Amino acid sequence: MFLKFPLSYPLRFLSGLITSVLFHEQDWDTEEELNKVKDDGSMEKEIGELRRSRPKRPDGGDFTLSDVFYFSRKGLESIVEDEVTQRFSSEELVSWNLLTRTNNNFHYVSLRLTVLWGLGVVIRYCILAPLRITLAAIGISWLVIGTTVVGLLPSSRVKNWLSELVHLMCYRICARGLSATVHYHNKQNRPRKGGICVANHTSPIDVVILANDGCYAMVGQVHGGLMGVIQRSMVKSCPHIWFERSEMKDRHLVTQRLRDHVNDKTKLPILIFPEGTCINNTSVMMFKKGSFEIGGTIYPVAIKYDPQFGDAFWNSAKYNMVSYLLRMMTSWAIVCNVWYLPAMTQMEGEDAVQFANRVKSAIARQGGLVDLSWDGGLKRDKVKNTFKELEQKKYSSMVVGDDSSD
Amino acid sequence: PLWCDKVLLRASRRVEIAYFSHSQITRLYSRFHSLDKGENGALSREDFQRIPELAINPLGDRIINAFFPEGEDQVNFRGFMRTLAHFRPVEDNEKSKGHDASEPLNSRNNKLLFAFRLYDLDRDDKISRDELLQVLRMMVGVNISDEQLGSIADRTIQEADTNGDMSISFSEFIKVLEKVDVEQKMSIRFLH
Repeated sequence: MFLKFPLSYPLRFLSGLITSVLFHEQDWDTEEELNKVKDDGSMEKEIGELRRSRPKRPDGGDFTLSDVFYFSRKGLESIVEDEVTQRFSSEELVSWNLLTRTNNNFHYVSLRLTVLWGLGVVIRYCILAPLRITLAAIGISWLVIGTTVVGLLPSSRVKNWLSELVHLMCYRICARGLSATVHYHNKQNRPRKGGICVANHTSPIDVVILANDGCYAMVGQVHGGLMGVIQRSMVKSCPHIWFERSEMKDRHLVTQRLRDHVNDKTKLPILIFPEGTCINNTSVMMFKKGSFEIGGTIYPVAIKYDPQFGDAFWNSAKYNMVSYLLRMMTSWAIVCNVWYLPAMTQMEGEDAVQFANRVKSAIARQGGLVDLSWDGGLKRDKVKNTFKELEQKKYSSMVVGDDSSD
Repeated sequence: PLWCDKVLLRASRRVEIAYFSHSQITRLYSRFHSLDKGENGALSREDFQRIPELAINPLGDRIINAFFPEGEDQVNFRGFMRTLAHFRPVEDNEKSKGHDASEPLNSRNNKLLFAFRLYDLDRDDKISRDELLQVLRMMVGVNISDEQLGSIADRTIQEADTNGDMSISFSEFIKVLEKVDVEQKMSIRFLH
């Protein structure tokens, strides 16, 4: 039914072969997964130890000149390595995968490796990339044409069925255009109509990956240009939710539109990425509570890309969309695992933030990602002062002790 | 690209080679490079403040200041490493080749000096009551009243001050903290 591109299979086999050869060649420092540089001592424990040599005061509070040791050590540790900024750039690989872009510590190893690398460049740029670009072009044009044609039909079951067919076909062609190999796990938990599908966000390709296996209603901002054309035609065949830039600011309006969509049980499940920005697929950052206030059933999905074949993370500060897509098409392949997790609903007495954190932890656990509470918005914005005030408060209670009247 | 800066890297290693291994220096340079958003080979205060965990540290600004020499706004990679070298664990000194007789940067004394300079805002080698109050205020925020903070500062100076000048000199500072395990508390693990 959909275009099977037979050439991509042997090519993927070849790239796997090349990658396995590397393990004999590589000479890089094999460090384990970047272990935490920090010791995990809480403020109380650490400062308590620093004060060990002094007599304890009756109210338990104290100030010593050595208290600064704790803050300076934590500060220096965060300068050497911190949990947040590393998530906004591509993951470091333990062993090189023959792509220059992941080669951070270039040094010449051997002639054989260089020849392999050169061969890889030729294959990727001269053979794989043109084929993939052609496929992607076919996929997108078919999406636009197909959905417009289906849109001409009157509303009926046939129309819905045809619309799903067109969407699936196009996304599958596009996936082939990226040489995406996706393993879907637990398909019985797939999102159903009237629900909300939430997933961790690594790149715009996530949409293609997920839509390969099911039909979703997309949510997003109205764009101009080619994206706008695609958006407008998609909406003709089945309802998606596109917001004008001005509407995005009005949270009530957004929530209401999403709620209306969810309450209509005939409509496709909404696909939302609650992180709000692309993260490098080593961790899951704070889920914004907006999606969790709508009230529908949440279907969490975990997406984990295999970095050996290509880096799927979109660093929007460094690359625009076109150069990003070109990089994708000149990688070896996009290999990823998608886990459908069992549906979750908000429990009694749980507020939206707690619910969001619960879903986030489930996704992080399944995908083997680090569960962070930091906001993905820290990519661009400064951290809020309230966090510093929390630290100051915590320290103050150590200075004045337990029975302070302040 | 990162590998072009290897020349710079080699030049930087002269002094710091006693403190960090080759792979540690490479890793630190990688980190320096990722913090250097302006890509001009030097870090500004804003570059440090972009680290969220540092921005929420009550003494974040004082720590950042420790990297910048008097009156300067930029720190290069050598300066970056020099400041970090203070926090190298002391036991690693057996492996390094001390190339001159002067005290290593990560000695107990130099670690204490680092902490002393966090308090000594005007760099006059004395911690005055005013300076102590300012640093205390940074650490506790709005949660303690001026009077209480003042009495804490007075008490601290009283305990430490031996020559009666109502301020804490570096030798008095060392004396007060002689029982504290400075070597362990002011060290961080640099990955090999």
